[in-house]
Amino acid sequence: MLLRLAQRFLVLLASLLAASALVFAFMQVLPGDPARVALGMNSSEESVDQLREQFGLDRSLIVQYADWLRGMVTLDLGVEWVSKAEIAPQLIDRLAVTGWLVITAMALALVVAVPVGTWMAVRHRHLDGVVLSAISQIGVAVPAFLAGIILITYFAKRWQWFPSGGWVPPAEDPLGFLSRLALPAVALALVQASILARYVRSAVLEVLREDYLRTARAKGLRPMQALTRHGLRNAAIPIVTVLGLQLATLLIGAVVVERVFVIPGLGSFLLDSVASRELITVQTIVMVLVAAVLIINFLVDALYLAIDPRLRTGGR
Amino acid sequence: MTTTTPSDRARGQAGNNPTERAGSRESAPPDAPRGEDPETVLTVEGLDVGAGTTQLLHDVTFSIQRGERVGLIGESGSGKSLTALAVMGLLTEGLAAHGEVRLAGRDASLLGASESRMSRIRGRDMAMIFQEPMTALNPTMKVGRQVAEVMTQHSQADRRSAQRKAVQLLDRVGLPDPAAVARSYPHQLSGGQRQRVVAAIALANDPLLLVCDEPTTALDVTVQALVLDLIVSGVQERDAAMLFITHDLAVVATVCERVLVMYGGRIVEAGPVADVLGNPQHRYTQGLVAASDLERSRTDPGRSPLDTIPGNVPPAGKFPDGCVFRNRCAFATKACEQLPPWTPRGEHPAGEHASGYACFHPVGSDRDE
Ligand SMILES: Nc1ncnc2c1ncn2[C@@H]1O[C@H](COP(=O)(O)OP(=O)(O)OP(=O)(O)O)[C@@H](O)[C@H]1O
Ligand code: SF4
Ligand SMILES: [Mg+2]
Repeated sequence: MLLRLAQRFLVLLASLLAASALVFAFMQVLPGDPARVALGMNSSEESVDQLREQFGLDRSLIVQYADWLRGMVTLDLGVEWVSKAEIAPQLIDRLAVTGWLVITAMALALVVAVPVGTWMAVRHRHLDGVVLSAISQIGVAVPAFLAGIILITYFAKRWQWFPSGGWVPPAEDPLGFLSRLALPAVALALVQASILARYVRSAVLEVLREDYLRTARAKGLRPMQALTRHGLRNAAIPIVTVLGLQLATLLIGAVVVERVFVIPGLGSFLLDSVASRELITVQTIVMVLVAAVLIINFLVDALYLAIDPRLRTGGR
Repeated sequence: MTTTTPSDRARGQAGNNPTERAGSRESAPPDAPRGEDPETVLTVEGLDVGAGTTQLLHDVTFSIQRGERVGLIGESGSGKSLTALAVMGLLTEGLAAHGEVRLAGRDASLLGASESRMSRIRGRDMAMIFQEPMTALNPTMKVGRQVAEVMTQHSQADRRSAQRKAVQLLDRVGLPDPAAVARSYPHQLSGGQRQRVVAAIALANDPLLLVCDEPTTALDVTVQALVLDLIVSGVQERDAAMLFITHDLAVVATVCERVLVMYGGRIVEAGPVADVLGNPQHRYTQGLVAASDLERSRTDPGRSPLDTIPGNVPPAGKFPDGCVFRNRCAFATKACEQLPPWTPRGEHPAGEHASGYACFHPVGSDRDE
């Protein structure tokens, strides 16, 4: 088990390295000189040269890459080219904001989808199961930004129960934090919960047909007992895969929802940096997003190992 | 024990230790419910099972005494598994059962009993061993816990002693190093080992009735006899009744005292093994016996009238009316378009359904040869 985990971890490190090289290379092949792009087309030769020198853009690519890598590992990312603001603290703040959003949305989706999906499976021959299933089908089709706009229209504008956007760190004002987190998290969670519920439904339906569930019933477990004690853990195996994919989707979805709710997360940081042509910042944010997806994958693998003993090596 | 439920009485003095209980059965207390009468553990009467408008089982009637082992044979698709599942109350959703299924000491029929009542009986008073050991156990739960669960579920033991008893049970079904087996997951065991685990689960609470649906069919030939042996000796130790489904007539001959022959969702013949297999009356049984190796090894092969039964088992709901076998039977006449009545054969203490057949032209009647 530990050996497997260590293996997966090495794979994670290797893929992080490969991804960083790819992201770096991709930024290099973008047309134009990054210093000139950052300063604008009308900037003077001297100021461009000065920027190049200041940020070491005149060094060889290998050196620049190594420098960038070291910066990310040591969290010493320097300052932005034009605004001269420190990158690392901004990145951490923004990451925290997006983290809150994504994790809350995922948790909400899970809390709703697992019981609802299970219910849909158990009652798949009954009206309530079919109706729920139809509702989830509709939920799947509603994009997060639309859900966000609808939520703002009713809960923020019409009834004024929640602020329509903005952000306060939790340490500063816990209540204000929660009230600002609620709508965007729900907007993100709605679609994911619908998708997840459908996967939970089919996974539970699958498990309900399994022989070991019949064995559990033959032992005297009531149907729901059999399902919760013997079924859900097995149903979790395919669901974990979906969870991993969904977390990655949520990161992307957050970019849009952060715009709708004017939240200073990683998504809006990325869009702002693109707008102000701070290529090194863009490059770093993209790398952070890619790293997040890779780390999620690693965690999914680790979760598999925890859930499914068949994947672990070794004897008894 | 201050209160005694009917089932406790039926099981002899309450207690989990089978040897202890078997002992108390022999020296029956003076207030024991019955005298010498062999006690009926399972009674199935007029059992019908249907899927929508298709009837799958028709009027299935039989009973099993304490300590009696009854075989249930018939070709694939005859309705053997459905009978077993109906008895256990484990028919899949969409199948409806009517008729009566009664277990010793319980007056009311189990059919239509509430789920909570059935779940108190299952795993405790009656247990089942299924055909497929590879999928019968939960792959994500340690074997020991799966065995212990059947005891904690019925409050036969607290968590810790159940775990200890689970190891003892695994030992008694012949698993080497039972403590290690208890700690392993099903995928770490072979098919034979897993079926031993399933047997340990089934026998854990000393059931009155054990239902086995082809328990060794999926196993390696080399371990079939071993696993069969431990199931049978487990049943014997507990003086339990057994319903044993199999395709293998030789196994029926060694394991069972009585046998039921099923075809087209009906019991077409029943009786002591020697009678039914040695001297079948129903034409279907005759064909079944002739097609088996058992018969071929007994008589010389040239003489048997049928090597295999001609034709195929029709799909569910497509059996002819009247005698279900008549579209494949070489002896069918116009009379066979009516439902053949049950003809008792000899005097059987367990009643006329324990031994007899339903055929208009039985073996040895005028239409022979
Ligand atoms: N849920 C169901 N719905 C409809 N028909 C069913 C259902 N379950 C079983 N049947 C049909 O009932 C008939 C008897 O099935 P059963 O499983 O009892 O046969 P069997 O005697 O156990 O055969 P085998 O030896 O292959 O196990 C078959 O024709 C089968 O197709
Ligand atoms: S009743 Fe008729 S058709 Fe049925 S087995 Fe007997 S002889 Fe054949
Ligand atoms: Mg079967």
